[in-house]
Formats: sequence, structure tokens, C-alpha cells
Amino acid sequence: MAQVRNKREGLFWFLAIACFAIGLIGIYDRLVNGHVNANYGSYIPWGLWVAAYIYMIGLSAGAFVMSSLVYVFKVEKFKKIGKLSLLVALATLVGALVTIWMDLGHMGRAWRLMLKTNFMSVMGWMVWLYSAYFILLIVELWLAMRSDLVKCSRESGLRGKICNFLLFGNKDDSPERQAKSARLLTILGTIGIPLAIAFHGSVGAIFGVVGARPYWHSGLTPIIFLVGAFLSGGALLAFIAANWAPNKGTEEHRSMIALLGKIILAMLALDVLLEYAEITVGLWQSVPEEAESLKLILFGDYWWVFWFVHVGLGVVVPALLLIFNGKSVRAVAIAGALIAVTFLAVRLNIVLPGLSVPEMEGLLHAYSSRGLTFDYFPSVSEWLVFIWSVSLAGLIFLLGKTYLPILDDKEAKGLN
Amino acid sequence: MVYHEDENGYVNTECDETEETRTEVEQAATFDRARFLKKLGSTVFASLLVPAVFKDQFSAKANDPAETAPEFPILPEPTEDEDILVRMMRDVQRAMKKPVDQRKWSMVIDLRKCIGCHSCTISCASENKLPEGVIYRPVMEEEIGTYPHVSKRFIPRPCMQCEEPPCVDACPVNATWIRKDGIVEIDYKQCIGCRYCITACPYGSRVFDSGFSYMDGLASKGEAYLSPEGAIVYEKAPAYEYGKKMPREDHQSPIGNVRKCHFCLHRIEKGLLPQCTVSCIGRATFFGDANDPESLVTELIGKPNIMVLKEEMGTRPKVYYLV
Repeated sequence: MAQVRNKREGLFWFLAIACFAIGLIGIYDRLVNGHVNANYGSYIPWGLWVAAYIYMIGLSAGAFVMSSLVYVFKVEKFKKIGKLSLLVALATLVGALVTIWMDLGHMGRAWRLMLKTNFMSVMGWMVWLYSAYFILLIVELWLAMRSDLVKCSRESGLRGKICNFLLFGNKDDSPERQAKSARLLTILGTIGIPLAIAFHGSVGAIFGVVGARPYWHSGLTPIIFLVGAFLSGGALLAFIAANWAPNKGTEEHRSMIALLGKIILAMLALDVLLEYAEITVGLWQSVPEEAESLKLILFGDYWWVFWFVHVGLGVVVPALLLIFNGKSVRAVAIAGALIAVTFLAVRLNIVLPGLSVPEMEGLLHAYSSRGLTFDYFPSVSEWLVFIWSVSLAGLIFLLGKTYLPILDDKEAKGLN
Repeated sequence: MVYHEDENGYVNTECDETEETRTEVEQAATFDRARFLKKLGSTVFASLLVPAVFKDQFSAKANDPAETAPEFPILPEPTEDEDILVRMMRDVQRAMKKPVDQRKWSMVIDLRKCIGCHSCTISCASENKLPEGVIYRPVMEEEIGTYPHVSKRFIPRPCMQCEEPPCVDACPVNATWIRKDGIVEIDYKQCIGCRYCITACPYGSRVFDSGFSYMDGLASKGEAYLSPEGAIVYEKAPAYEYGKKMPREDHQSPIGNVRKCHFCLHRIEKGLLPQCTVSCIGRATFFGDANDPESLVTELIGKPNIMVLKEEMGTRPKVYYLV
């Protein structure tokens, strides 16, 4: 069992490091050549990177909300994966922010988002909200780990040193101090829930408020974003908890994963309902442009992304696994991984079809030039940068769980 | 053609300077700002065939004709049959004498006169040194009917300079705004290139400067069929949008920025018409101050057959179409 675990662990490390190394080519290209080798341009201004950004930020928001089940709602069953879910939220948030940073035309001016904010812009709000969320996430993770940091600071080796450093000289771990941390955690977690909703809702609202793109322009858009975030983040957490939860192998773990499976199944059902509403209402042709976007999703060149990747691998297969084998840790893990990975297809199908329908009829043929096209498929560089930022998130997760007391468990002694 | 009295003197000067300019442009990089502005100004006016000079940029030289020159191009006395370009220039100059917040720059495009020559598209690209992937004023073509019973409609599409521009509210860093004279300006030095405004524009008027070059993928020097030197001069020449000199260098603005039509603000402010307006061979594009009851555009905007694009969006464009 332990050997299998180590093998799998090794595979994840190998994948993360390999993708990180390969992805560096894309980063090099982006930094040296700018946007020249990217396939987004003037008419399709947003591509894979924006989709990857909303994808990973959704994973983060979803994982964070799962952590609030522990720290705010005190759901005993998830107690063991509180820190794990915070780490997942942090890793995916960093991946998301790095991706969108690469997407900016002038990366050196990113500070303007904070200091020259236009609060008439949803994007301006989003930047402040995710900055607040970022800080809250780090503080919350630190508080959640604090007790264990004190314990692991006594270890020798790198891990002990890191733990020692992160305590900032205060090794007090009295019950009063613990109670104080717990209280603070509850407060921060409570602030965190509306913050995560507002922040991911604002990511959805960025699209929802754009009247020029009928496919995006709907009050349902931010809600679909949120439900999608809870679904994909919860699914990712289910996969990670199935593999790395500290109480792995126990009956407690099995019942926790089964409950996670039920939660993601419910979220999946809600997500399908909302998608169904959006697609069927939009297809009614009241707004031809919106119907046009939906037709691109369902029957366009990339129909298989919706039908095969999303509906097949992201909905039907996981739903069957969860319905008929929801008690099996392995089944929930596979279902979670499938939903989490294929959710990129959903995000791509939000960003691109909204842009692929010309705002003005005749614009496509008015002038022929690179970048003035409504066809888009990510370039090699774009894929490489995407792979790099995903593997960056993966590495942060793997490093975090190795060098931080994420999986340390006060009750289950000796389990590491 | 109507010329001012001292036309000969000017024309001679213009020609000389244009010759010079051509050789100079090839070494554009070595130019100092003042001299270059002067040359550019001369070239522009020569192309207009309207004698004119800049005033303030280059007062350094004592014998400089610019010192004694008027602020705006000198226009002939109004006549009954004068070219509407001259009348519109007069409109522009009149507006420029008013405080900036009393001007309302507007454009009218007569679709019945547009023949679909795309001159405006190209002259705009040339004026603003637009690189590959960036175009400010494409002409959209619509085909109606089936062969052989076909007609075509041409719709030039500049930036609408909306009174309620969705792009301005989209910008997260206040890098774009409506000027007092109604033109929606982008500050290239502030724009972070997030491209949210592009998605917000219902007209597709905003474009992203990815840093493409028309020379990309062409055979290198020596192997090429045509000499690439001229193209390089064009590609590296600075643009003067918003009256600021913007050389084209890697990773420097306007590369990585969102760009769009600005009614050739740098020209208007020198009393000239936007390049699309002067290059329109069908005289289908009209430009002027809609706050001025005597201007040609005000006259045209009052016609019953006027329309704007996507009126239902509530953007209140300042570009009108006569149909």
C-alpha cells in the first residue's frame, strides 16, 4: 500500500516538474517575444489564458468554500482536510493570478490595478476582492497550521527549519493560544465566505455585465460561475482528499470521501440545471447573437469540447460513478479528477463563444490581417504557458504538503 | 483648385522639404524631435495640397517660416462651389477657437456616396502607422440579393466616440476616458493591456496591438522580391496619435496596448480634418463640430434619413450614417 502510494506520489512530482520545465519554454517566449506568438488578437481578445484564469480561480474559490465547512460550520467529518483545502485554494489562486498576469499587455503595469483602480469597472472591484481574498487565505492557512507548526518546529531538517521560521519566534502553543487561533479562524472563515462569493461572483460579473456580448450578458452568468466554482473546486478537493487526506485508509476517511462525493453530485446536478436553463433559453432565438454563440458550442467546430469533454467526461461518467459507486474512495477520486480537469472545457466555452460571433456583421471580411479573425485555437506558446502555470500550482501544492504541517494530525499520532 | 495668394512660395517650399523628408525618413531614428515634426508637418500638408505650417513646435531657428506662420492652415475665401473639404476645415478651425468643452466632434458617413474603395481604411493606417493586426476604420461590406441581382452596401466603421461608452467603464485602471470635446481617448502609457474594453465595445472598434509586423514571415533582405527597406521605414516610423510621439520599439507602448480611432485628434488640433475624411474620394465622410449650428455635420445630423449603429445599445454614438 505504502509503495503504491509512493509510486503515485512520485508520478505526480515527476509530472509537475516535467510540465514546469517544458512550460518554461512558453514563459520564455511570452517574456521575450510578447504576444506575437499567441493566437488571441483584436477580434478574439481573450483566449486560453483567460479561460485558465477563471478555471483556476474557480478551483480556488470552490476549495476555499469547502474549508469553510470546517472552520465556520464545524462539520466534523471534514476536519482532517481543512488545511488541505486551504492549501489547494492557495496553490490554484497563485496559478490563476500568474496566468492572468502573463495575459496582460504590459505586465509591468499590473500595479495600476491596485493603485489606479477604476471602481466603475467590475474588473477593478475584482482585483481588490481577490487581493483581500489572497491575504485572508494566507492568514487563515497560517492560523490553521499554527499548532502543528509548533510541533514540527522541533523536528530536525528543512521542514523543521521552515516551520520554525513561519512561527516568527513565538512558539507558544498553550490551550489559550489554540483557542484564540480557533476563534480567529472562525471569524476569518466567516468573512471569507461572502468574500469568496463576492470575488468569484465578480469574476462572473466581468462577463455578465458586458452588454456587447449577448451570450455573456445575463444575470445567470455570475451564478453559473459560482456553482461551477463550488463544483470544480469541490471535485478537485475530493480527488486530493482521496489521495492525501491524513486519515487515509480509515473508516472515517471512507465516509468523508463518500460525503464529498454526495456534495459534488449535488453541485453537478445544480450546475447541469443552470447550464440547461442558459442553453435552452438562449437557443430560443430571441437574441440571435446569443443563439449563434450557443450553436457554436453545440454544433460548431469545437462541438466535441462540449459533448465529449464536458458532457461525456465531465458530467455523465462522473455522475454514473458517483450514483452507482459513491461509497468507493477510488470512484469518487476518479469522478472528482474528471470533473476538475474537464472543467477547463466549461471555462473555454464561456470565454470563446462569446467572442467568436462578430459584433458587427461584415467585420470579418472588412480587413484581412493577423489578429483580425474570429477563429481561435490556442497556439503552442499559449498551451505551454498554461501547462506551466498549472504545474506551478501543482508544485506549490506538493511542496506545501511536504514541507508544511498540512497533513499533520494531532489526533492520529505517527501518521504523517 | 483654389489656392491662397502666396501659394507659389509655399508649394515650392513644400516640395523641397518633401524631397528632404523622404531621405530623412530613411534615417528616422536619428531625427531630433523638433526637426522631425517640422518635416512631418510639411509632408502632411503637401499631401493635402493646402498650404499650412505649424506654429509652436519649432521656434528655435530665427529664419524659420514657421515663426511667422498662422496657427492653422490658411483657407481661401468661401465661394459658392467650394469643395466641402475646405468648408469642413473652416468648421474645424472655427471650433478650435472655442473652449474645448464646447466642441462636440462628430462624424457623418453618407452610405449612398460610399463606393467601397477602402481608401479611408488605408490612409488611416498610413497616418497612424498602424501595424499588422491593428485597424481603426475597416469598411464592412454587405451583399444583398443573389447573382445576377446583387447590390452591395459599404459601411465604414470608425470608433463611434460614444457619449455613453461601455469601454470606458470597463477599463479597470482609468486608462481611457471621454475628453471634453467628446473623443474617447486611450492613454497608452497607462493601459495595462487587459483587453476588457475590447470585449465591451459593441462595434468591435477597439483592437489589440500584439506587436505584429507586416514584415513577419517575409523573405529576408536579399532574398525578397521587393526591397523591404521601405516597409521597415514604415514599420519603425513613430506614430503621433494624441499629439505624442510614439516610436515603435519592442515591448514599448503602443505595443501591448488597446488602440482605436481617435478622429485623428492630432490633426484636428492643428486645424486639419481626420485623414479618413480628406482621403474619401466620394466625399462620403463628413467631420466637424456638432455644437456649431453652422457646421456641415450639424446640417447633416438634422436630416431625417440619419441613423446610428446599434442604437438599442444606448451608447449614443457621435458617428452618424446617412442612408
